[in-house]
Amino acid sequence: METFKSKVWVLGDDIDTDIIIPTDYLALKTIGDMKKYAFSPLRPELAGQIQPGDVIVAGKNFGCGSSREQAPEIIKALQVRCVIAKSFARIFFRNAINNGLLLIETPDLTEQVEEGQEIEVCVNHCIKCNGKEYPIASLPQNLVDIIQAGGLVQAMRKRNGLEPLE
Amino acid sequence: MGMTIAEKIIAAAAGVESVKPGDIHTVTLDRMMSNDGTTHLTIDMYHQQLDHPAIADSKKLVFIVDHNVPADNPKTAATHKKMRDFAREHQIDFWEGKGVCHQIMMEHYVRPGELIFGADSHTCTYGALGAFGTGVGCTDFLYGMVTGTSWLLVPETVKFNLTGKLRKGVYPRDLMLHIIGQIGANGVNYQVMEFSGEGAKTLSVNDRMVLCNLAVEAGAKSAIFEADEIALSWLKDHGRQPKQVFTSDEDAHYICEYTFNLDDIQPVVARPDFVDDVIPAAQACGTKIDEAFVGSCNNGRIDELRVAARLLKGRQVADTVRFLIVPASNDVYLQALEEGLMETFMEAGAIVMNANCSVCWGSCQGVIGENEVLISTGTRNFKGRAGHPSSKVYLASAATVTASAIKGFIATEDQL
Repeated sequence: METFKSKVWVLGDDIDTDIIIPTDYLALKTIGDMKKYAFSPLRPELAGQIQPGDVIVAGKNFGCGSSREQAPEIIKALQVRCVIAKSFARIFFRNAINNGLLLIETPDLTEQVEEGQEIEVCVNHCIKCNGKEYPIASLPQNLVDIIQAGGLVQAMRKRNGLEPLE
Repeated sequence: MGMTIAEKIIAAAAGVESVKPGDIHTVTLDRMMSNDGTTHLTIDMYHQQLDHPAIADSKKLVFIVDHNVPADNPKTAATHKKMRDFAREHQIDFWEGKGVCHQIMMEHYVRPGELIFGADSHTCTYGALGAFGTGVGCTDFLYGMVTGTSWLLVPETVKFNLTGKLRKGVYPRDLMLHIIGQIGANGVNYQVMEFSGEGAKTLSVNDRMVLCNLAVEAGAKSAIFEADEIALSWLKDHGRQPKQVFTSDEDAHYICEYTFNLDDIQPVVARPDFVDDVIPAAQACGTKIDEAFVGSCNNGRIDELRVAARLLKGRQVADTVRFLIVPASNDVYLQALEEGLMETFMEAGAIVMNANCSVCWGSCQGVIGENEVLISTGTRNFKGRAGHPSSKVYLASAATVTASAIKGFIATEDQL
């Protein structure tokens, strides 16, 4: 069972794709160029503060809005370990899996955790926070395989016996 | 157990007799649409990440440049060029500057019974003609493009039983914002909204597009109407035949059912920054605005342009307001010209733009500045959606937007 400890950043409900990456920055050349503007309408300083391995905890309907795949790509590029939310919007969910970004749905954690705090995530089992355990549902194995391969394209390559991309 | 329209379309696309919610099926896609929002990413992945790139069936693909039209800087020009060159090389149907992608798809491609992936969240619009349209990202699009297939989790269907008839001065846009306000921005997350009932029969295909298009703002995977005589007659007028007409079985399973009486609907607005923060328009009246916008894939059709022109006739846009009117397609534009609507707009002091996503996309035309307020028929009012992060977007019907443009503050048509 994969387990990791991470520092938490806490966001609210309905974090939409225009907050994750505003339209204006989509024309930038690379995801690397775009990532410093992540969450900028809400918290312009946040992208610069997130450290590799941190997790984002949010409320309901995370990722609602556009089908722009840059949204999960940028979160992945910031090396966010996973996003934990009460619920995810459908297209974002699919795009995140396709890009190898781990998403965890759990109803009760959001209000119990404070920003800056450390939590322990046991993938497909539970989240430990303030001495309490919050159970999490298992993802279907085919989705786990895609995430572990690093996304849908990498999974396709793996299945076809090709070298993974850099 | 019977099946819903959406389940029947998925079963047909999967080549199986029946499906049920929760099943995962591999489906053959009838058509795929991608626009300049993300196609350049798909093309990059196609070239850089596949060892033996190939397209399963280029006749099923449609590329549409509609977001930054005309290109507003060298970066967007480069994304358009990449798309144009790729489409030519692979004989993909290519549209540029002819209108918003979903309007083009409805006018020229969509057929009842089809399963369509679009690299745009508002692909659910196609349910107005009894097709299953759903939005995907560029990786899913790439996979569909090279294999002709995709995997699909069969969604639950929620039934929206519509009764009654919209009163004069109330529009489908008010109805759909009202519904989203009631069920919430994730009210039907992952599910299909199926609209039916006597009230549904009072709605034109244009009206149905308004409802289906905004379904994604309630989290829906897709939205659908049965392709009845109204839809089939519209389809015939556009020179097409259905792939297959499906109706939901009497014993089809719905996860839940809502009833909305159209007689009870009144003009509403969605307040910044949430599409489900919906209040009666009367409560927002008097709020000062800086810009008004009639257009987008939700509300840029001839119906809305007619409403705007009717209210503007003999009146003037307020000095303090920029009023942008953007037809959803060139066909809509030409129809508006023929009916003399454009003359009315120009005489009233509105700014008429070329057919494209415009202000709703929030990047090329009509972006608003610090603390400015926009009232819009666009699809979204997210924070910073139309410009500066401190700006505010209200969503409303074309009638409320136009009345507000004339008054200089939020107003309904009966206040003119």
